[in-house]
Amino acid sequence: MSQSLQDTVQQICRDHQNDRGRLMDIVTGVQAKFGYVNQQAIDLIAKSVNAPRVDVESVVSFYAFFSPTPKGKVTIRLCNDIIDRMHGSARSAQAFFDDLGIGFGETTADGMISLESVPCIGLSDQAPAALINDVPVTCLTSDSAHDIVAELKTHMDPQKLVKSFGDGKNSDPLIRSMVRNNIRQPGPIIFSPCVRGEAIKKALSISPAEVIRAIKTARLRGRGGAGFPTGIKWEFCRAAEGDRKYVLCNADEGEPGTFKDRVLLTERADRVFAGMTIAGYALGAEEGILYLRGEYAYLRTYLEDVLTKRRGDGLLGKDILGKKGFNFDIRIQMGAGAYICGEETSLISSCEGLRGDPKNRPPFPAQKGYLGYPSVVNNVETFCCVTKILELGPASFNEHGSAGSSGTKLLSIAGDCTTPGVFEVDFGITLGEVLKLAGAENAIAVQVGGPSGQLVSPKDYGRKICFDDLATGGSIMTFGPGRDVLKIAQCFMEFFIEESCGYCTPCRVGNVLLKERLEQIAAGRGQPSDLDYLQDLGETIKTTSRCGLGQTSPNPILSTLKNFREVYEKLVRPCEDGLLPTFDIHAAIGQAKRITGRESVVFK
Amino acid sequence: MITLTINGLEVSVEKGTTLLEAAQFLGFPIPTLCHMEGLSPYGACRLCVVEIGEGPKARLVSSCTYPVEEGLKVRTASARVLNARKMVLELLLASCPQSKTIQDLASAHAIRQQRFRQEYEDCILCGRCVRMCAEQMMANAIGFRGRGAKRSLGTPFDAKSEVCRQCGGCIYVCPACELRCTYTEPEKAICGGCANLAPPCVQKDPFDDMMCYMNPCVACEISQES
Ligand SMILES: Cc1cc2nc3c(=O)[nH]c(=O)nc-3n(C[C@H](O)[C@H](O)[C@H](O)COP(=O)(O)O)c2cc1C
Ligand code: SF4
Ligand code: FES
Ligand code: FES
Repeated sequence: MSQSLQDTVQQICRDHQNDRGRLMDIVTGVQAKFGYVNQQAIDLIAKSVNAPRVDVESVVSFYAFFSPTPKGKVTIRLCNDIIDRMHGSARSAQAFFDDLGIGFGETTADGMISLESVPCIGLSDQAPAALINDVPVTCLTSDSAHDIVAELKTHMDPQKLVKSFGDGKNSDPLIRSMVRNNIRQPGPIIFSPCVRGEAIKKALSISPAEVIRAIKTARLRGRGGAGFPTGIKWEFCRAAEGDRKYVLCNADEGEPGTFKDRVLLTERADRVFAGMTIAGYALGAEEGILYLRGEYAYLRTYLEDVLTKRRGDGLLGKDILGKKGFNFDIRIQMGAGAYICGEETSLISSCEGLRGDPKNRPPFPAQKGYLGYPSVVNNVETFCCVTKILELGPASFNEHGSAGSSGTKLLSIAGDCTTPGVFEVDFGITLGEVLKLAGAENAIAVQVGGPSGQLVSPKDYGRKICFDDLATGGSIMTFGPGRDVLKIAQCFMEFFIEESCGYCTPCRVGNVLLKERLEQIAAGRGQPSDLDYLQDLGETIKTTSRCGLGQTSPNPILSTLKNFREVYEKLVRPCEDGLLPTFDIHAAIGQAKRITGRESVVFK
Repeated sequence: MITLTINGLEVSVEKGTTLLEAAQFLGFPIPTLCHMEGLSPYGACRLCVVEIGEGPKARLVSSCTYPVEEGLKVRTASARVLNARKMVLELLLASCPQSKTIQDLASAHAIRQQRFRQEYEDCILCGRCVRMCAEQMMANAIGFRGRGAKRSLGTPFDAKSEVCRQCGGCIYVCPACELRCTYTEPEKAICGGCANLAPPCVQKDPFDDMMCYMNPCVACEISQES
């Protein structure tokens, strides 16, 4: 056994107190150090944290960023999202193939560079994009891809690829990234200026119950997608029995086409942490966790620094702002490439150092969450709203938005449009107005809410963006004339199949079958009854799946069937010869023909 | 005690009881696959779904994991439940058509035709074996790897496990792989011998060497003595 591997792995485990619950950090550390987590490492980790070996292997194999076999010193992860494909990611991919002499999932013979194809990395507004180790590179072209390989071959330092920095905090010495914020329309709440510490001060001047009442009066609903009333969630958690409570911030931002949390974490990190601190006060929690998706690792050092400064300024730590007995601190938990970990119970599993399999509900996290203690999980943007509500009072929040959906919403708009980026809009704005803002009036289809949302056609452009009509966690993808809606649906189905945890039958087995049939139809081998097949199977997957991923995974197909039925109808044809077009009779009787040595009399 | 209504019948059960247990108490049959008494509730196969709530809020939940709630209205055999259950069974049948347990369930649910492409996998990832191994045998020898369609089951690195005591508990509880017998071809998980009605364990007479815990064989029901 290599001594250095042993020493280093054991050291990494010790750095995390040999705590089984910190398995994610331990494995992340080993992966970063060696570029892989092999059998030996898994053995060592299992011994150090006193866990069954199979549990460690189970975690390592779950997350896309962990690898049991050696990867190159540098890994290029090219985003394969539909938006990137539309912006020509295939050309950059080809450049990488040519220059490296490898395909996706492979490593160069000298063990230096690996190439991978990954789902949305939160940069759809600057597509095609890739992550080179932790460093995001944006607006790729065939030429820039060639340059990247040439440069990497000389210095192998991804950070050196960043020639100029993006706007705002992207040029902070702790971020130094070429990512641009693309804040196209700052609004009155989330992006408005804010006095640091003011919201917490106001919160601490009233009782925890009054804080919750303020959130309820503001009628704040969760911004992560589901739109659950935040005040009620907090109340449940506060009322739940438990020696400890936890506040978790969901910064997994995995829904393809969403990137607003990236911008908030870059530009409004203080506001997010303030919101978490207020939640800590309201719930009686002393610990908060920011679950940051692995793709945003480039923001980590900066965010840690923000936390340190807040501790220094008495905004975190013991007796916050002089309030005796109110102690609260926040740690950052890194994810490692799994969309499912945005689902709140998976997120908790992941924080606990387990596979990202969702948990059975009930019990809900507010009753039994992180480590079995009552916990609240909220989106990054939700916490920003909390801060603003406490600072300005619920009334000024309520002034914006529509009846069932108060306040403003951040939209991440990308695709075929002139100004992709982040827009803060009042709830209740119509989709048509949104398209105008981004310069996408000619869109033939719009995906609202990411793959788990719906693809709508121009007849729906008069509908409103709000929880009760067109709901979205932020993702708006626009598709211009000439785009193929079935291709879009296919691409999203691939995404769900790749990202499903595989725990339950409908999602694991059903989605593969859905996608297969969709492909057959797209290839002109479908018949009219296949549309019912898609509908039936899709609805069963929706109603019987165990978690939100499966319950929304057939949406790309169900919403195109509903809104673009004519596309399907043009492709399917009744079978003339009485045989199902999806059935290949010659393949089926092939073996019989070989054995008998003669042709079929019927099927020539 | 918690009072709820199942198929119109009121029943009072203890807090923490699952809908499945409450329904069984009243004698309403609900098919299950990944559930097993003595193992923790799991909720993976989705065969045991029942309908709760009313009107537009009605939804399906897995009865083996859902705890009873005061005043809940449960339907164990509504049209929606039966349709969903049937299709879940079809999906299971498509992935594991050779499982006797699944075939029997399918036949009991009047499934006469297979709509889906067949897979011939030997595992439906019900996790009974994993829970058996961890919770009853305290061995933690097997677990899940990977995710999505690539999720699989096995010992770490697929190597012979050092913690496995070969108790056979995993095979015993498996609803899919009664045919699994690794005697003649240890590198292959399924020998298929029982399916061909040529049980290698009995024919080749080394029943004792194998220390087979299955006597009689759960697959072919032939016992050592016969
Ligand atoms: C598959 C899946 C992925 C999700 N991803 C995210 C995510 O990336 N960010 C997020 O805030 N919520 C995500 N959610 C929603 C969370 O489960 C949860 O509802 C949310 O974090 C609650 O916060 P909110 O009430 O503030 O919206 C996801 C849900 C599912 C089912
Ligand atoms: S619905 Fe999909 S992601 Fe959710 S538990 Fe089932 S298999 Fe896993
Ligand atoms: S028996 Fe309930 S989900 Fe399998
Ligand atoms: S885990 Fe149950 S059939 Fe394989």
